[in-house]
Amino acid sequence: MQHSRGIGQTPWVRLTLISVGVVFSVLFLLAPVVFIFQRALESGVGFYVQTLLDPYTRHAIMLTLLVAVVTIPVNLIFGVALAWLVTRFEFTGRKVLMTLIDIPFAVSPVVAGLLYLLLYGNQGWIGSWLDDRDIQLMFAWPGLIMVTIFVTCPFVARELIPLMQQQGTSEEEAGLTLGASGWQVFRHITLPNVRWALLYGVILTNARAMGEFGAVSVISGSIRGQTNTLALHVELLAQDFNIVAAFVSASLLAFLALVTLVAKSLIEWRETRRQQQEEQTA
Amino acid sequence: MAFAIPIRKRVLPGFGLSLGISLFFVSLVLLLPVTGLVMQTADMGWGRFWQVVTDPRVVASYKVTLTAALIASLFNGVFGLLMAWILVRYDFWGKRLLDGLVDLPFALPTAVAGIALSALYAQSGWYGGFFEFFGVQVAYTPVGIMVAMAFTSVPFVVRTVQPVLEDLPLEDEEAASTLGASGSQIFRRIVLPAIWPAWVTGMALAFTRSLGEFGAIIFIAGNMPYVSEVTSLMIFVRLQEYDYAAASAIAAVILLASLTLLLSINIWQARFLRRLHGR
Repeated sequence: MQHSRGIGQTPWVRLTLISVGVVFSVLFLLAPVVFIFQRALESGVGFYVQTLLDPYTRHAIMLTLLVAVVTIPVNLIFGVALAWLVTRFEFTGRKVLMTLIDIPFAVSPVVAGLLYLLLYGNQGWIGSWLDDRDIQLMFAWPGLIMVTIFVTCPFVARELIPLMQQQGTSEEEAGLTLGASGWQVFRHITLPNVRWALLYGVILTNARAMGEFGAVSVISGSIRGQTNTLALHVELLAQDFNIVAAFVSASLLAFLALVTLVAKSLIEWRETRRQQQEEQTA
Repeated sequence: MAFAIPIRKRVLPGFGLSLGISLFFVSLVLLLPVTGLVMQTADMGWGRFWQVVTDPRVVASYKVTLTAALIASLFNGVFGLLMAWILVRYDFWGKRLLDGLVDLPFALPTAVAGIALSALYAQSGWYGGFFEFFGVQVAYTPVGIMVAMAFTSVPFVVRTVQPVLEDLPLEDEEAASTLGASGSQIFRRIVLPAIWPAWVTGMALAFTRSLGEFGAIIFIAGNMPYVSEVTSLMIFVRLQEYDYAAASAIAAVILLASLTLLLSINIWQARFLRRLHGR
């Protein structure tokens, strides 16, 4: 067994390190989530349901879903195209392109929101042009979607690139040699090979799209019943000292986070099992 | 333009299509929005720009942000290394759950983390009373900012060190041990030299993320001018005063800082990857 080898295997060292890690993780990472559900349910299930049925909360839920539903396909197409480009071809500027897509992860979401506000707000050069034609993108739902696409665009590509690089192109080239069209090769060889990474990329995109706060708060204006997403709704309720209601909305997003983690574990579990099977058959 | 000329003969199709989609997207979503910021800051002139970004309240926010991010990253350096170590080297009950738990800060929306942390560490919360006993106030102080930054950037160090630790051949440690080296000697002479590039990368990523963190912080920071305002929040403050130019100037500073960090991390990683693979 590999795990009984190497340094740090003395029983007391083992026990100490594991205990410190577990206790810290539970107190520091897990407790906040448990706390959210405890506070959300402290006034009873009746209050919980009633809060969720509040028209403003319902609108926030629908708006959050709308943002995610539009963001996912856009970033899916971009992520797949970019991953195909940088893993299947060598070209000048490839490295630059790969650094560029890391920008949304490195930049503060508030700065991201501001960039869009400056361009598409009615003072910006595009925004003023649109304003003359009575089109308003900022402080309205299209703006929410635009900044969400910005902050979530690296996820799919980031998941696909290492995997597609590792898998190489031999299967696809074989398919082409056998007379398949490029589109057939992509659908029947590439897609099945990367489907779990693709799914994981989508799950991450979804989680971030539904939970984004900094970027949307710059361009939203947080108008109740109009531009208030769930994450913004949490803040608005907390500012009103309506703490339990804030935790009710927060619990929905916390639940989403738990679902995301479970999905991630399942995908990883499948992946390790597949690798083990391959090793056995090899 | 030299951009996008293929070096090697292409076998697979779809170069034009995927290049087209990627360039269109990158230009429209990532690059075009920067023009607004550039125009706004270019309009204001160097003197005004300097005045805005060296305003005492803004300078105080740099100090708060940098100090808190540094301490949070160092904390994660220790905690992340410990977590990576026990997840790779030991088998114990609940290990898979613990492994999943590490990703929680990335999955949990920052505003949700913020409201939970602020209530937990407030005087009336589960932890606030405990820290109060030792005379430390966490919520609504710079300490709260450190807690929020540390929480949101936990996965970085764990996830960068973990794979390197997994690939580390145990034979080296065994050989050293046979030759009479102690556990701590082996750790310092064999394990640490192998993992430190990844370790530093993880902390640098955590630091970058902490500098930009906003959602989790504003709930717990108390946001007192000169004391517990982070730089991201200063953008907000200027926007509420309808001073778009000042907001842009501060944003330009943050943007430059984070791009510099991003590039440094990429160059740093590329150097070590080359060395590892002997290319």
